[in-house]
Amino acid sequence: MTPLGLYEPGASPLHRAGAGWKLLGILALAIAAFVLRDPLWLGVLAAVAVLGYPIARIPSRRCLQSARTFGVLVVVVFALQWLLLGLDGAIVVGLRLVTALAAANLYTLTTRIVDVIGSVERGLGPLRRIGLRPERLGLLVGLTVQAVGTLAGIAGEVREAAKARDAGWSATAFAVPFLVRTLRHADELGEALAARGEGER
Amino acid sequence: MPDQRTTLPAAELARTVVFAAFIAVLGLFPGFYLGGSGVPIVVQNIGPLLVGALLGAKRGTASVVLMLAVTAIGLPLLSGGRGGIASFIGPSGGFLIGWIASALVTGLVATRFARPGLPALLLATVAGLVADYVIGIPFLGFYTGDFGAAAVQSLVFLPGDAVKVVLAALIASVVHRALPTVVGRKG
Repeated sequence: MTPLGLYEPGASPLHRAGAGWKLLGILALAIAAFVLRDPLWLGVLAAVAVLGYPIARIPSRRCLQSARTFGVLVVVVFALQWLLLGLDGAIVVGLRLVTALAAANLYTLTTRIVDVIGSVERGLGPLRRIGLRPERLGLLVGLTVQAVGTLAGIAGEVREAAKARDAGWSATAFAVPFLVRTLRHADELGEALAARGEGER
Repeated sequence: MPDQRTTLPAAELARTVVFAAFIAVLGLFPGFYLGGSGVPIVVQNIGPLLVGALLGAKRGTASVVLMLAVTAIGLPLLSGGRGGIASFIGPSGGFLIGWIASALVTGLVATRFARPGLPALLLATVAGLVADYVIGIPFLGFYTGDFGAAAVQSLVFLPGDAVKVVLAALIASVVHRALPTVVGRKG
């Protein structure tokens, strides 16, 4: 995992568009794809979504990577629909799928996580009235990413220990020590947060 | 039941964060194939069941919500390095959103028992899996326009999920026995 997540740096118009507006645009595209039933219009929507990739100048390596991840899904769903609902239904579902997945994935590729957090925090601003604090989202995201790194390290150590005891991939020989150490790490993090005054309401 | 206020908010926050990360780390394990069905069985969706069974409904659900939120904003934390909102919009997105219900229901059932043993935890994890299906199958049906076909398609996951339900209950019961005072507080 790179520190940028799935973001692909760039300076295209799609990269520069505001994260919030872009998200609304994708939602509109997805809703249109679900409302329309005409394969011709659905084809146009799918083409719009796919054309976004050259417009955003996504390198072909990342395009291929996305196509592999989602292409398998589209092919499997298409084949199943053809089998169960006939070709016409399969085309409608397939085009919907291509539109929604291509657009949503493009959003992820062209939007920095910091910007997403920023626009979500602004969007959730009204929730402050019911006592939530959206500005803590960034802190939560950062802490979670850090914890993923720590736990991945712990998982590796526990796996080595299980191997040394000849327990191999035995589910309990791995999962139980892993969970116990995960809980211990949570306690340590809790103490560290409390020491910094976090959680005082 | 011990007084809830004995735990600091910071400790609760830390558990939510660390167990969100725990579910993400489960996504690092490669999927395996069961009985040559051709459907990869991923380990990750055991996470919501375990988190619900160990942390209870409130914190378990919070962990799953946080993990899904961090995934949705673009971190590749799902099995196979997937992430972003595309995973939620796709046909199996309902099963992902259903993780929230999974943790909630598992936690609610597990915390009904003062000292959840294996049978109680098994009941809880089965209920949690059903909750996931209750959201995932109609979502898939809405996507494909045929509810019956969606239910039939989902049957391919049943053998793998059955194994995971038993594993989650087994693991949770051992952890509950190892740390009876730490886990499973009502909340």
